[in-house]
Amino acid sequence: MLALKAENISKQYRLGQVGTGTLSHDLNRFWYKVRGKEDPYLKIGEANDRTSKGESEYVWSLRDIDFEVEQGDAVGIIGRNGAGKSTLLKLLSKVTKPTTGQIYTNGRIASLLEVGTGFHPEMTGRENVFLNGAILGMTRKEITRKFDEIVDFSGVERYIDTPVKRYSSGMYVRLAFAVAAHLESEILIVDEVLAVGDAEFQKKCLAKMSDVTKDQGRTILFVSHNMTAIKSLCNKGIVLSNGNIIYNGITERALSMYNGDKQSFGNSVVLGDHKDFKNDLFELNKISLVDENFQPKESDFQEDQKFSLLTDVTIKDSNNDYHLSYVVKNFNGEIIFTMTNAYKTKLQVGNNKLLCDIPKDFFNVGEYILGLYIIRNLNESVLHEDDILTFRITERNKELGEWLGVEPGFIKTNFEWQLL
Amino acid sequence: MNEPQQKWTETIGANHTLFDLKLKEVWRYKDLIYMFVKRDFISSFKQTILGPIWFFINPILTTFTYLIIFGQIAGLSTDGAPQILFYLAGVTLWNYFSGALIGTSNTFAGNAAIFGKVYFPRLVTPISIVISNLMRLSVQFLLFIIVWAYYYYKGDIHPNIWILATPFLVVLMAVFALGVGMIFSALTTKYKDLVMLLGFGVSLFMYATPVIYPVSALIGPFKKLAYYNPLTGIFECFKYGWMGVGEFSPLMLGISTIIIFALLGVGILVFNKIERTFMDTV
Repeated sequence: MLALKAENISKQYRLGQVGTGTLSHDLNRFWYKVRGKEDPYLKIGEANDRTSKGESEYVWSLRDIDFEVEQGDAVGIIGRNGAGKSTLLKLLSKVTKPTTGQIYTNGRIASLLEVGTGFHPEMTGRENVFLNGAILGMTRKEITRKFDEIVDFSGVERYIDTPVKRYSSGMYVRLAFAVAAHLESEILIVDEVLAVGDAEFQKKCLAKMSDVTKDQGRTILFVSHNMTAIKSLCNKGIVLSNGNIIYNGITERALSMYNGDKQSFGNSVVLGDHKDFKNDLFELNKISLVDENFQPKESDFQEDQKFSLLTDVTIKDSNNDYHLSYVVKNFNGEIIFTMTNAYKTKLQVGNNKLLCDIPKDFFNVGEYILGLYIIRNLNESVLHEDDILTFRITERNKELGEWLGVEPGFIKTNFEWQLL
Repeated sequence: MNEPQQKWTETIGANHTLFDLKLKEVWRYKDLIYMFVKRDFISSFKQTILGPIWFFINPILTTFTYLIIFGQIAGLSTDGAPQILFYLAGVTLWNYFSGALIGTSNTFAGNAAIFGKVYFPRLVTPISIVISNLMRLSVQFLLFIIVWAYYYYKGDIHPNIWILATPFLVVLMAVFALGVGMIFSALTTKYKDLVMLLGFGVSLFMYATPVIYPVSALIGPFKKLAYYNPLTGIFECFKYGWMGVGEFSPLMLGISTIIIFALLGVGILVFNKIERTFMDTV
């Protein structure tokens, strides 16, 4: 049974100063409508890429989005800033209507784009619980029934009859989230609200939300930049990029797609003339992953293949010692380990082709991000680049009958095992 | 496989009907209306010493000001009604109308923060504002009744059967404020110029309405024009019913009623059109 279905939805926004020329555009639109023609401004507009300066005054924040959500699913919506996540949530929560398309829903939708919407500072905690609950669509009877539970969850019982303007910001948020957490809608839309509160409270919120889907069978759509939260809460993921859905499916895959969207994959990167990479001290020419014969490889390496990290760097400064330090991160941006040539080799003045061998069966299947530091005299970094190369390790060819899953973890150890 | 029949309870789409007020949905949110009214009441008097007594002080002081300026200095006619009662009646009704109009006109601009984050039928807001003002009116009306009773026992005034029309007049004013307020609130989201217009427009409109003078004091073309002001019929009917003074005819009230409901229709139309996209322009 579907809880929600979006058909062909798009949302167009007008850039720049809204106001100048509004009347003339409105009149023009009206004139087209009178003659039974299509809105002329719908034909124009371009994909919403905030980094490039576009031609058109109109942009499509979302373009022809289609998706379905099963009842009881927890769907994480991820994407870069400006990918259209918030617009999508706004459309789903009926705050604004789509420019084209239809969204069908089955059940009451409650949206939580922010906690404590409509809280009035002069009113007491108790009054605000009722006000906020009513804004979110609860009836007074529902709130009265759940009131004790809400206060208990928030942990601000002592202050419940004090105006909320006297609350600390933490207490305010706790009370606000407590109301939202007790909504009884079939579909819950949550936007990044977990960014607030202390760690203990965040954990409580996540537990409550997972309770909502897993035990009560309700549907959640969740937007967050916190990949760990998405991973622990959601069973499905939708990846948005420039207003389009680039992936819709299982969470794990969605997360790696998202990181793929963040930077392009590849086994090599040629660094340009940018002053960060080419200056008086050094020239960083190329970083690449090469196979056993030191030949570059187009496709991704398999987990059971040996490969090497080749760094082509020219050192111009003869007065100091230099070495490299690579930081290896997983797709959540968490550092797995650091590797350095310090104490092993010293970079020579002139061109260096530095090779670091990576044994087979070392990296687990997944995507990895390399960060690079160039260190002078073991104490000072002259280059720091967070994401210099992103590569992917794919599964080895498996025998029929073998388990096809991926073991958890990032590093596959090669410890000795023996029977005594 | 035997899939259960897929059903949809709601469709969010680009198209919608213009005259649908979604009153059923508004009714579902009646508790929110109650909370908004309560919020308005609490927030106006929190940390004031006199609290709701301000409800009385406002009309009393205004009435005395009018008494001195328009009654004594300018010497405007009151059709023979006691000046205090005449001005108090005007002030009470006008306060209600202007409060409701300014409040509803501010619906979108003043609530953008809430509207941008959560959906509820937007109509809830103007309705709750009109009800808040209705509460205020009922308190201030008590004051009017007390003063009126004093003059009644003194035998200075002669009320008649039109006194029974009062609830209808209040409803008419509410509908008028709601209709015009919705038009303004919707248009101000795009054309902020109207905020400027409304600011002084309302106070000027008071002078175009028989608040401080009776219609009988008007002459020539002004009298004709006054008939097209929907408030004229309401104010004259009120004064005629309670004090037995003024130039009132049922025709006046009829014209008012027609104009007011026509404006409400336009208001609903514009409001519905703006309601679902205003977040993009506000």
